[in-house]
Amino acid sequence: MSTATHKLLKGATGDWEVVIGMEIHAQVTSNSKLFSGASTAFGGEPNTQVSLVDAAMPGMLPVINEECVRQAVRTGLGLNAKINLRSVFDRKNYFYPDLPQGYQISQYKSPIVGEGEVLLELEGGKTATVGIERLHLEQDPAKMLHDKLPSQSLIDLNRCGVALMEIVSKPDIRDAEQAKAYVTKLRSILRYLGTCDGDMEKGSLRADVNVSVRKPGAPLGTRCEIKNLNSINFIGQAIEYEARRQIEIIEDGGKIDQETRLFDANKGETRALRSKEEAHDYRYFPDPDLLPLEFSQSFVDELKAKLPELPDQKKARFVADFGLSAYDASVLVAERESAMFYETVLDRLANRVRDAKMAANWVINELFGRLNKEGRDITGSPVSSEQLAAIIDLIGEGTISGKIAKDLFEIVWQEGGDPRALVESRGMKQVTDLSAIEKVVDDIIAANPDKAAQVKDKPQSLGWFVGQVMKSSGGKANPQAVNELLKSKLGV
Amino acid sequence: MTDLTSLTLAEARKGLADKTFTSLELTDAHLSAIEKARLLNAFVLETPDQARSMAREADAKLAKGEAGPLAGIPLGIKDLFATKGVRTTACSKILGNFVPTYESTVTSQLWRDGAVMLGKLNNDEFAMGSANETSCFGPVGNPWRREGNNTTLVPGGSSGGSASAVAALLCMGATATDTGGSIRQPAAFTATVGIKPTYGRCSRWGIVAFASSLDQAGPIARSVRDSAMLLRSMAGHDPKDTTSVDIAVPDYEAAIGKSVKGMKIGIPKEYRLDGMPAEIEKLWSEGAAWLKAAGAELVEVSLPHTKYALPAYYIVAPAEASSNLARYDGVRYGLREQGKSITELYENTRASGFGAEVRRRVMIGTYVLSAGYYDAYYLRAQKVRTLIKKDFEDCFAKGVDAILTPATPSAAFGIGEKGGADPVEMYLNDIFTVTVNMAGLPGIAVPSGKDAQGLPLGLQLIGRPFDEETLFSLGEVIEQAAGRFTPARWW
Repeated sequence: MSTATHKLLKGATGDWEVVIGMEIHAQVTSNSKLFSGASTAFGGEPNTQVSLVDAAMPGMLPVINEECVRQAVRTGLGLNAKINLRSVFDRKNYFYPDLPQGYQISQYKSPIVGEGEVLLELEGGKTATVGIERLHLEQDPAKMLHDKLPSQSLIDLNRCGVALMEIVSKPDIRDAEQAKAYVTKLRSILRYLGTCDGDMEKGSLRADVNVSVRKPGAPLGTRCEIKNLNSINFIGQAIEYEARRQIEIIEDGGKIDQETRLFDANKGETRALRSKEEAHDYRYFPDPDLLPLEFSQSFVDELKAKLPELPDQKKARFVADFGLSAYDASVLVAERESAMFYETVLDRLANRVRDAKMAANWVINELFGRLNKEGRDITGSPVSSEQLAAIIDLIGEGTISGKIAKDLFEIVWQEGGDPRALVESRGMKQVTDLSAIEKVVDDIIAANPDKAAQVKDKPQSLGWFVGQVMKSSGGKANPQAVNELLKSKLGV
Repeated sequence: MTDLTSLTLAEARKGLADKTFTSLELTDAHLSAIEKARLLNAFVLETPDQARSMAREADAKLAKGEAGPLAGIPLGIKDLFATKGVRTTACSKILGNFVPTYESTVTSQLWRDGAVMLGKLNNDEFAMGSANETSCFGPVGNPWRREGNNTTLVPGGSSGGSASAVAALLCMGATATDTGGSIRQPAAFTATVGIKPTYGRCSRWGIVAFASSLDQAGPIARSVRDSAMLLRSMAGHDPKDTTSVDIAVPDYEAAIGKSVKGMKIGIPKEYRLDGMPAEIEKLWSEGAAWLKAAGAELVEVSLPHTKYALPAYYIVAPAEASSNLARYDGVRYGLREQGKSITELYENTRASGFGAEVRRRVMIGTYVLSAGYYDAYYLRAQKVRTLIKKDFEDCFAKGVDAILTPATPSAAFGIGEKGGADPVEMYLNDIFTVTVNMAGLPGIAVPSGKDAQGLPLGLQLIGRPFDEETLFSLGEVIEQAAGRFTPARWW
């Protein structure tokens, strides 16, 4: 369904198209687990957040956490997806110590959310749509610790039973860039909704990526699944590597074996984990401990009415209401916190209509630039939305020039303080008094008679005079006034 | 004073209220009976200290007039119910000396109402069996023997310990569970009353699971009235079990003695099996005649899918069991047999911890859920289940109030006599009872007579969903007509 042109890979036998589908595991933001009352807080001492249900004690029964259901429905709505008013929990049976029950409660044939879609924004203003196949709720397994003891593994059940949303895409993704854009956009939507914190380092968001290659227009090739990728960069690297690997095998006359692979981030390569033949037979069947999950359309409608504005809507509004470029708007809405920061700045501006665009430039260029340089994120910005709004007000009303504003921004960044008071106390006000500027202009012309004579032949050297005047005024002279005075005095 | 152990629960309640005797005396009488009856192997754990302390507490409350409906009544608890601080094993080696830190909802409601725990009762391992021969603690003896014959007979199963203990007057009542007949068949084999209530009537929380969609707790008691009293305490909605149903629990005892005049009793023609013993036929007709005499109307009904019930049951129940028993892996509690790898640890633990019948059912269940077999077995069995349920619904829709059937196809048999070569021979014991679990309906087994060898036989009444009251009313009619039966003591 991709509408954008995508990257084809060159092989010895011509171009190859990569076909990618993804399964994202997103940890649901909730205070307690999917089927038990145990806490979901991250980082607790091992095995301190474990209920009898999580430990699979004899006779224990799961009880659905309604907040997790609401979060899944919200997410489905955020993905413009079909919400299934009736879904079924199944047991996925396999033995491993990370699964105390001996089965994972998941949704197999009847998921809570059906088909939806995600809009991607790509380089050069192009877009692509990735179809969502389904979203279902399931239990996270426990964490195994293999490196604490020489001959035994330890187990931490804190994470065991935490709710996950498995979001399955259609095989609509065509290259690594689109794959990265898809995860970025999905994570952004989840964060806007508040249904998953999207923290890949903590494992709150993990991706399984299915990759196959084909000649453009040919039927789908055999796919390999790369498991458990926990960074957006690794997703890109793994896809690039895996596609190349498959192309080389096929071009060398071989064929792809359907298998599960792991990505080794240190070596930058994927390697086989298990073949199709070794795949588990999970013996799915409806969990008899749980009734089918049923809710009404009005339950869905209520959640829908309370959904926050999502990135696509917000972007459209920024473009329509504030005249931002599509690019600037998408940069601002990419992260919920950035968009919130920008909107708070707008709320504090004295003249929003006049200065909204300037505020966008300042947030994107000065603030984001500086934050990136120091590796900080918007929530840790030393310059508050209030301070930034004051700086923009000062520019907008003509009290300081854009250049002085950059110095002022730096002072606020380093030392803090009220920008308006700083402008007063440090004499940073723009000089708009024409007579004061005129004196400086006269002095400079008088000191440089040769250059003054040349200006008529070389009008571009006017800039040199402007620079000198600004320098001499400590940058406070109104650049427009300087320009006009110089032009008239030098007869340009 | 008469032997306190020979009282019914209702009689004991009166004696306690009238201060004729104390709960401690009543409890001691039963503890002493238990001690003398160890040959029966009904109890797998006796808890005399706890029993006496609970009895003293009950006496204190009785004295203050704050007593609950079961205050001071000594009961036995099937070892499938988790009891806080008291070893709970489901009679499987794999649970070893597992001591729960929690109390099952059903037993906690009994203690809430003042009952006293005498100990834990034997059962088939994980409730898988129809003769109580699969317990890791060994078989249970039936207090009943054939006339002039000293062969020890089985008490039925899986609640064999519960039935044997109630019949031998070791406890005034017992908890039990029923997945395919495990309350009703042992009740019929021991001349006790057993009711499996509607699925969802009792909470399953804290009961070791066998087959979750079929398991249901219920009492085994000395009389219909006693069973009504016990069920009232055991039943009720529990938010911890989402399959339990939020319907108020009626005063079941009020149904005892209620007229059954005008009630329509269905006699299902499909339950008239080829080669059914004449004694069973006779018992069935007699039961029908008693109900008719009490004013009920008898109608022949058809439950056409009955013949598929047993095979479908033996797909659904093992399928669920194979998954429910996966948690017994040697990792967190119970038995652990070490191995060189985690897979070896699983294999060693489960091979050594599970008995033959449990292993058989886990394997059957794993097979029927496997890729490529699921549709042919599990899915098909679920379809059969829907049809069986519909059979009953059609029947009730025609105004039938309850259905009368034999409880079992035979009387109790000797230990080791059945199922040795062919497990299906044992499975056939549940032929009249499994349909009720498949449909989620309530069913009661009431002692109704004896066979030619002097062994008790029972009739089963099947009711509409959540209409246990009608079963108590009808059961009382049968009990009044047939009388009560007590075995001669030989142990």
